[in-house]
Amino acid sequence: MELIYRYIKLYLRRIAGSMTVKLLGTVAELMVPYFLEHIIDSVAPAGRVVDVFWWGLVMVVVAFFARLFNVGANRLAIGVSRDATRDIRHELFKKTSNLSGSRFDAFGLPSLTSRMTSDTYNIQSFMQSVQTQGIRGPFMLIGGVVVTMTMDRALSAILCVMIPILAVVVICVSKQGIPLYDKVQRSLDRIVRVMRENITGIRVVKALSKTDYERRRFGGANEEMVQRDVTAGVVMALPAPLMQLFLNVGLALVVLVGAWRVDGGLAKPGVILAFLTYFNMILQGVMTLNKVFMQLTKASASADRIEVVLKDAQDMPVLPWDGPAAPGDVAVEFDHVSFNYKYGGEPQSDDVAAPPGTCERVIDDICFTLHRGESLGIIGGTGSGKTTIVNLMMRFYDTDEGTVLVDGRDVRTYEKDELRRKFGVVFQNDLIFEDTLYENITFGRSVPPEAMDMAARSACASEFIEGMEGGYAYGADIKGANLSGGQKQRILIARALAANPEILVFDDSSSALDYKTDAAFRTALRENYAGSTLVMVAQRVSSIMHMTHILMLEDGKVLGYGTHDELMAGCGAYREIYEVQLGEM
Amino acid sequence: MAKRDTKKEMPRDARRTLRRLGGYVMLYKWRMALIVAMSFLSNYLVLLGPTLAGRAINEIAPGPGKVNFPAVYHNVGLMLIYYLVSFAVSLLVGVLMMHVGRRVAGRMRGDVFDKIMELPVGYFDTHQTGDLLSRVSYDIDVVSASLATDIVQALTSVVTVIGSFVMMVVISPQLVLVMGITIPAALLYTRYLSGKTRPLFTRRSAMYGKLNGFVEEMFSGQKTILAYAQEDRVLGDFDGINEEASEAYYRANYHAMTAGPTATFINNVGLALISVFGSVMYIRQLVTLGQISSFVLYSRKFAGPINEMANIANEIFSALAAAERVFRLQDEPEEVGDVPDAMQLSDVRGEVDIDHIDFGYNPGKPIIKGFDLHVEPGQLIAIVGPTGAGKTTIINLLMRFYDVDAGEIRVDDHEVRQLTRQSLRRAYAMVLQDTWLFGGSVFDNIAYGREGATREEVEAAAKAARIHKYVMSLPYGYDTLVGEDGGNISKGQKQLLTIARAMLFDAKMLILDEATSNVDTQTERRIQKAMRQMMHDKTCFVIAHRLSTIRSADRILVLDHGNVVEVGTHGELMQKRGFYWALYASQWA
Repeated sequence: MELIYRYIKLYLRRIAGSMTVKLLGTVAELMVPYFLEHIIDSVAPAGRVVDVFWWGLVMVVVAFFARLFNVGANRLAIGVSRDATRDIRHELFKKTSNLSGSRFDAFGLPSLTSRMTSDTYNIQSFMQSVQTQGIRGPFMLIGGVVVTMTMDRALSAILCVMIPILAVVVICVSKQGIPLYDKVQRSLDRIVRVMRENITGIRVVKALSKTDYERRRFGGANEEMVQRDVTAGVVMALPAPLMQLFLNVGLALVVLVGAWRVDGGLAKPGVILAFLTYFNMILQGVMTLNKVFMQLTKASASADRIEVVLKDAQDMPVLPWDGPAAPGDVAVEFDHVSFNYKYGGEPQSDDVAAPPGTCERVIDDICFTLHRGESLGIIGGTGSGKTTIVNLMMRFYDTDEGTVLVDGRDVRTYEKDELRRKFGVVFQNDLIFEDTLYENITFGRSVPPEAMDMAARSACASEFIEGMEGGYAYGADIKGANLSGGQKQRILIARALAANPEILVFDDSSSALDYKTDAAFRTALRENYAGSTLVMVAQRVSSIMHMTHILMLEDGKVLGYGTHDELMAGCGAYREIYEVQLGEM
Repeated sequence: MAKRDTKKEMPRDARRTLRRLGGYVMLYKWRMALIVAMSFLSNYLVLLGPTLAGRAINEIAPGPGKVNFPAVYHNVGLMLIYYLVSFAVSLLVGVLMMHVGRRVAGRMRGDVFDKIMELPVGYFDTHQTGDLLSRVSYDIDVVSASLATDIVQALTSVVTVIGSFVMMVVISPQLVLVMGITIPAALLYTRYLSGKTRPLFTRRSAMYGKLNGFVEEMFSGQKTILAYAQEDRVLGDFDGINEEASEAYYRANYHAMTAGPTATFINNVGLALISVFGSVMYIRQLVTLGQISSFVLYSRKFAGPINEMANIANEIFSALAAAERVFRLQDEPEEVGDVPDAMQLSDVRGEVDIDHIDFGYNPGKPIIKGFDLHVEPGQLIAIVGPTGAGKTTIINLLMRFYDVDAGEIRVDDHEVRQLTRQSLRRAYAMVLQDTWLFGGSVFDNIAYGREGATREEVEAAAKAARIHKYVMSLPYGYDTLVGEDGGNISKGQKQLLTIARAMLFDAKMLILDEATSNVDTQTERRIQKAMRQMMHDKTCFVIAHRLSTIRSADRILVLDHGNVVEVGTHGELMQKRGFYWALYASQWA
């Protein structure tokens, strides 16, 4: 709701403008029948043909102005709803793309996407109709009431008593409706999620012949949506007939009370007859208003969903920094860092509760110091917290305990971009975008051709890129579907290298490279990017054995830290891995 | 991969779209019949109400002290009863129509989903997921909203329009001639407008799809975008698309929203003509004033619904465009169906024959040429080669995600195209490098391959895949919800879950495509035993970079640039000191 108010306020002038023009149009439109009556009641009986033509012309002119104003008003109105929706989408996209990792996870991608599209659309529809239909309703309602007041106050009072009742009905139903529509939108989230899962996992679904199962799963989500939609729809279908009923009962009372008043000599029968006409006008006004209200209900539910995202507290505030301006010699430091991912937040589906609390720590009391130009290899079992270290280093999450320092400065004191500009990174499941290879590597940064060339060569990517049709202009499909796993990784590595960053982070990003390519890449890294601090997560000892520091993790704890030789001597687990892998040779 | 989709989204025949939409509505023909009957009834009631009121007032008319109260009470009582009936009827119509609208939307969503299940897998490599999703989240919603309200309106108005026209003819055929000007004008205008706006609405729908596609892609890559501090650039790109989509909305509605006022204008001109000519006729004493009055009354009744319909022209147009987008997806060519008398592959032995096949994703660009391979049941075939050599392509062909261009693939002496896809695919268990979990419990994800798997079986598979301990550390153990997104589960753990899934799925043939690429060596070693057991009596196809995994293979295919350059056992190939040897030697560099 607040969101809608805020935007109405923002566009108040233009909305007032469009509604004023609409008012003119409405007045002109309602004048046409008046002239019509005038011609038939007064002009025609007078018998002057010329006058008839003149008045006919007046009618056409008024009708022309009615069209002119109404069309103009409609255009102004859709202009406003276009701009308001565009601004809302802008604001929402900006906020969403800056959400922290944990908040993003809590909302869930499908829900964030549908808030961006389906919910903003509901608001757009409302913004449009409130301006195009929001004038006629009140105008006819108020006009009708005023006219009846001048005719017979007592009778008019009966109709007026009905109006608060109607208002109560509309407000009650609307209150009921908002949570119902919220449920509908949640079902839509679920539908979108199931469908999205099936699109991304289509190969698995087909390979396991699970299409029937998936149809049933989707069917369940779909049925839930239909049920909720129907429930909301039925509740929303209630007020219109109910209002008609109340107003009509009011009319019956008017006839009854009118009869007594006429009998008592307080009113004339003609007045009651005239009431019938104006009563219709009031009824129409009320019904139009009701329609707008029903749309408001739907839009409110959607606005609330958007508002929740927009208002989502910045859970990673930037702390003040009063340390030395010149960075010291230390590039990255972890000082007794512990962390666990949080479950919970907003459950993605309302029938599944979020698991409470936290369990074991994903990483526990991690310490290491990395000087400029040094390199760190991280190795350890599946789920031992290797990726988490990367996540904390780049502040995708904040630590539970301990401090992460980059360039001797707490990462929490950096403006977000300031911190991340220091990095070049390849994540484990990183993404190729549907764009040219060139754009995928430069990724919006201005990269000089030499740097680009060196990055591609170092990533062992230049050879295959030049073999592609169009070379760097070759268009990658969605998620790089027309590239092999190894080609994708080489593009991603080139992306990380291209801006010659201070700190390079590779999270198991050579897993799809064959050994030969991997070795060539590491050699190039040593030769061409010696100035960069390097953090490499890997499965193979061979990938990290030449690093200046090696961190051996197990279940989130440091099992060993030192050089290859030190670990070989002092860390049994490391030696074991080494021997196993060597033995495989 | 499928050819890049370049065809413009052009509006197609509106009538065909309407007919298909009608087909959906007709699925609920009894409800629709009831709705139609009730709409007629409510139309009749609309006329009855004022009549009753009129009668009551007639009884009041005699003046002070002379009001016929019994008659007034009687009529007011009737009025109340009538209002209650009319309340019930209109509520019923509203609710029924709501049902039909939502049910139709549900059906359409189901059909879209079914379609997605039938599309070839390559389709999704060239079509943005978000664009497909927008058909479910936006387009169908628009259709459903319009169905629920607009059809009732159209139905009730038909009666009113025809009824009033008949009455007008009865009152004064001459005056009806005035309609000879306004009706053609209205028709021409409608034609002009719909020709002008339908492409605009088609574009509007397409732009919303594009917007959704962009948003979905960017949100999927949110972490990468943040890591490279590219939020502002992406926001800039978004603003461009947002602007375009907003403009498409504006342009479409800009024209469509003139329909209402213009229809009203045409009708008002009609009214002016009627009053002018009516008055002239009155002056010439051809009609009475009373006749003109009631003619005007009916002509306003005649015009009312038409104006109303014109006012919601934008809704109708956007619903049509949205329905078109849904139907266009439904018309996409599906995976080639099974041949009419396709066989069920049963009692699989696991013998695979690849007989001189050619294949390329794009016509004229073959990736595999003249490839031969014979695999005995239970053999382990390893496929190695540098990145981009076409290893995954072979898997695609074995699973029939794509069909070969020339040559044959046979399983147990059956040409695969003569088999049902489902039974062929069921013969393989598959673990891919790109792990896939769906939003559900850990249990559901592991048991995915085998419906009705017991808790014990799932736990046994998880233990074999060395993921049981991790699962138990989760807040709800096997009932913990996992999903594609979410930072709480690592890629290696996902791979282990997928392996547990494959272990439960009992098939005669197994495909492992870099199944353990993100699993650490220790764990990998620990699951080796279980893997061997799983592979024991199965025909296996293994793609791996870690040559250790494949050293024990019965045969190793060495691929380079889509060609098999070497075939043999590890020993043979090492002796040969060829491509494989070079690849192997580079491992410990």
